[in-house]
Amino acid sequence: MDPMEAIKITFFQECDELLGDLEAGLLTLETGAGDEETVNAVFRAVHSVKGGAGAFGLEPLVRFAHVFETTMDAVRSGALAPEQSVIQVLLRAADHLADHVNSAKAGGAPMGDGEALIVAELEALTSGVVPPVAGISSPEADEFGFSPMMLSLDAEPKPELAGEAAGDPAWTVRFTPKDVMYRNANDALPLMRELARLGQMAVNCNVASVPLLDAFDPLGAYLTWTVTLTTDATRDRIVEVFEFVEGDCLFSVEPAEVEAAPEPVYVEQVQGFEPIPAAVIKPATGPSQASTPSSLPTPAPAADATAANDAKGNDTPAQATIRVELDRVDRLIDLVGELVINQAMLAQRVMESGVARSSNIALGLDDLEQLTREIQDSVMAIRAQPVKSVFQRMPRLAREVAAMTGKRVRIVTEGEGTEVDKTVIERLAEPLTHMLRNSIDHGLETPEERRAVGKPEEGVVKLAAMHRSGRIVIEISDDGRGINRERVRDIAVQRGLIEATAVLSDEEVDNLIFAPGFSTAETISDVSGRGVGMDVVKRSIQALGGRITILSRPGQGSTFTMSLPLTLAVLDGMVVTVGEQTLVVPITAIVESLQPKAGDVQALGPEGYVLSVRGAYVPLIDVAEAMGWQSSTTPAGPGVTLLVESGTGGLAALRVDAIQGQRQVVIKSLELNYQQVEGIAAATILGDGRVALILDVDAMINLRKRAAPPPPLLLAIAS
Amino acid sequence: MTMVILTVDDSRTMRDMLRLALAGDEFEVVQAVDGLDGLDVLSRNEPDVIITDINMPNMDGFGFIEGVRRTERHRSTPILVLTTESDGAKKQRARDSGATGWIVKPFDPVKLIDAIRRVAA
Amino acid sequence: MSATPTPASSTAERELVAFRMGEQEYCVDIQSVLEIRGWAPATPLPQSPSYVRGVINLRGTVLPIIDLGARLGLPVTPPSARHVIIVARIGFKTVGLLVEAVSDILTVGEELIQPTPDISCETVRAFVKGIIAIDGEMISLISLDGLLPDEIVQEAA
Repeated sequence: MDPMEAIKITFFQECDELLGDLEAGLLTLETGAGDEETVNAVFRAVHSVKGGAGAFGLEPLVRFAHVFETTMDAVRSGALAPEQSVIQVLLRAADHLADHVNSAKAGGAPMGDGEALIVAELEALTSGVVPPVAGISSPEADEFGFSPMMLSLDAEPKPELAGEAAGDPAWTVRFTPKDVMYRNANDALPLMRELARLGQMAVNCNVASVPLLDAFDPLGAYLTWTVTLTTDATRDRIVEVFEFVEGDCLFSVEPAEVEAAPEPVYVEQVQGFEPIPAAVIKPATGPSQASTPSSLPTPAPAADATAANDAKGNDTPAQATIRVELDRVDRLIDLVGELVINQAMLAQRVMESGVARSSNIALGLDDLEQLTREIQDSVMAIRAQPVKSVFQRMPRLAREVAAMTGKRVRIVTEGEGTEVDKTVIERLAEPLTHMLRNSIDHGLETPEERRAVGKPEEGVVKLAAMHRSGRIVIEISDDGRGINRERVRDIAVQRGLIEATAVLSDEEVDNLIFAPGFSTAETISDVSGRGVGMDVVKRSIQALGGRITILSRPGQGSTFTMSLPLTLAVLDGMVVTVGEQTLVVPITAIVESLQPKAGDVQALGPEGYVLSVRGAYVPLIDVAEAMGWQSSTTPAGPGVTLLVESGTGGLAALRVDAIQGQRQVVIKSLELNYQQVEGIAAATILGDGRVALILDVDAMINLRKRAAPPPPLLLAIAS
Repeated sequence: MTMVILTVDDSRTMRDMLRLALAGDEFEVVQAVDGLDGLDVLSRNEPDVIITDINMPNMDGFGFIEGVRRTERHRSTPILVLTTESDGAKKQRARDSGATGWIVKPFDPVKLIDAIRRVAA
Repeated sequence: MSATPTPASSTAERELVAFRMGEQEYCVDIQSVLEIRGWAPATPLPQSPSYVRGVINLRGTVLPIIDLGARLGLPVTPPSARHVIIVARIGFKTVGLLVEAVSDILTVGEELIQPTPDISCETVRAFVKGIIAIDGEMISLISLDGLLPDEIVQEAA
């Protein structure tokens, strides 16, 4: 890849981080908790975005960032106080900056309107403020040192150039450093060298001012150089050589006049490169070589810096980290997955070969299994990321939704550092976004309504993440009005989801909002056309192997609780025998296992069967039949039944032949080399090396509900 | 003779761009992420030229330059500051702190190398 | 996946893997072939066409097994331990092709490949891209594109 392209990618990554810091800093200021360093950090973030953008010529971004930076500079200097109204404007500016970055990322995609407004707001903030920083160019920058030389001009011999080139013009450059010049480590030699690059030159050094030793100050400047330069470079270019030392020296650049050289006094005429006659002490190297102890103090800069640092409240201790390409981590995780499978296969084969359970080999294999599991956990942890990256987008989203719905809301987050596998994090954003929209749009009341019931006008939505029994739990709670249970009931009856006479607990009513078909365009208020029903949210969470529930207190608010597996790469499954095949049923879907008696099975309708479970009836599905591995119409024998819960909260009973045991399995994709198969979520490789399919419980239940049975299959019969 | 250049900037993008601009046999690049880190790296390296940004966390460019000038060894090491646009006041303050010269961001790699040559002993 | 002719040679040559299915000889371009394995029992997939035998484990990857003969409409023979699986690449997927036996690896000049006779058979027209006569035998050249059921082989997003 072109190196600049690679750096551009780095730039956009860095922008994301900077935008995150920017927002975080502004939010801190909003709560009043910020200090000078917070303001500086915000300024630096905008400044850095602008700087990088300039390097890539991203003009619209640079222009806006500049306006933003100017305003932040005013805050930084104390000229503009960070009051709430100011912070609100800055927050909007931060959002707009993010839009610019995204537009630039997308190759300059057109931005929405609103730029003029936010720019006007920013400028309004700074217009009333006297800029504390002086104007763009200081007087010095423009002067080219036309002042005449202090030393006697006429006495200066003009160095003659040997073999003067006929065509190029000749210039006379006179240069007298002041002592301050050397303090900034500027030096005549590099300057002379630069001049020499421009063409042919001859140099004279006037040492007339060098005092005698007793008056000699090693830090002083006593030399004057006169250079005759033949070059085709412009005068500006010659002057540019002295760019850094303007003001710290006297110099002039003039067209050379041919003049008879008077008798030189005590200057050695040198050609070309060596500007300093050997006889002269070179003050430039003086300070560093001076044997006299300098009057400058030499404190330990680190100690000073640390003190200054602590004062600024540097909180996070630096943790050693390295950057690793994601491909490598993914590959490592795959390999470890193979290792786990292989170890299981090895263990199985060894045990099958009749080795005693107590033998050294068996014990060694147990150790191996333990080690392998630990390696797997450690490796999975590498890819684990804090949920912060997902939580970070929420405040901005909340601001937008609040603005659109006329609500006032504050986001509080907890447990941002809770880690979860990268694969889960990526898929978390969407359901979280929908739930947040829902909370603000439906859950929170308008400021007036809130005032009327004695709540603060600003609603609070809290996002909390935590680990709980091997899973990650994310809660979204609001202090809004809670679920209107009567209304939910009515709608459910209307939609035919429940009978009008059905008796439901409060919790069951609350969970009706997840039922498919519950939400329609009516109930989803069109928050800029992106409303989504909670059933879709529930399904996407279940696709991740998770569950979601709701707890509501009328008038006080609601809490959604999502429970997700820590990783999508492995699964806790119940290994079962179905016909001659082995299947895996995800543990999360299983409620309990049953051993029904023959009398518990009842026929219902032409083809269906139901199972009686503690007085209630649930559909009974023969898995072998559903998979098409058996063409019988009656369930063969009692078998074992797993009571499972579908995505909609409905229950069903899955009949299998036997349960082999619970196992953590590595998930293998079926789509990778084949395609999605209905009823099957994925595959895994068992200890015997065979592929076992992982059941998609929801799909299985829905498959069964179809009128036509699945088409008969020709099976591969193992010989 | 390879010149050792110490670049100090909190922006990863900027550090990458400097490294790219100074790629080749002529320069060897050593990096630091802010003024504090810069002083630390400086204690273990002998740069011929230092290039530093101004706005950085933990210790800004001015503090860093002053810190460099206080160390015996590096009192005469040329220091170039990176500034956005020709902000005269910043330049002057940098100079007062002890900076040798400056480079305007976004920088032209050719001008960057010119500036280095103009100050390198 | 056909071989691009090397500029140096005057006639382009193709390297082909020849195999037997249902009393007939077929071949595929070796560039599609990753390896050849002995038969292994497959885990059957529900809701799948009859020519998809199931999936097997290939060093940790789940590999679908396509009965190539069945795919072409030839009578299905129950796989036995003497059957062979040709591991091949179709688009971005790796699959296993179940055939009766692998005969040979041939190097054939491009000019020896004759166009397919116009038989009114769907599958022949879809998959057989040419005929080669070698030693009195007729070998049909198969293209694997479109072999997988139902869907266009996905190109990467």
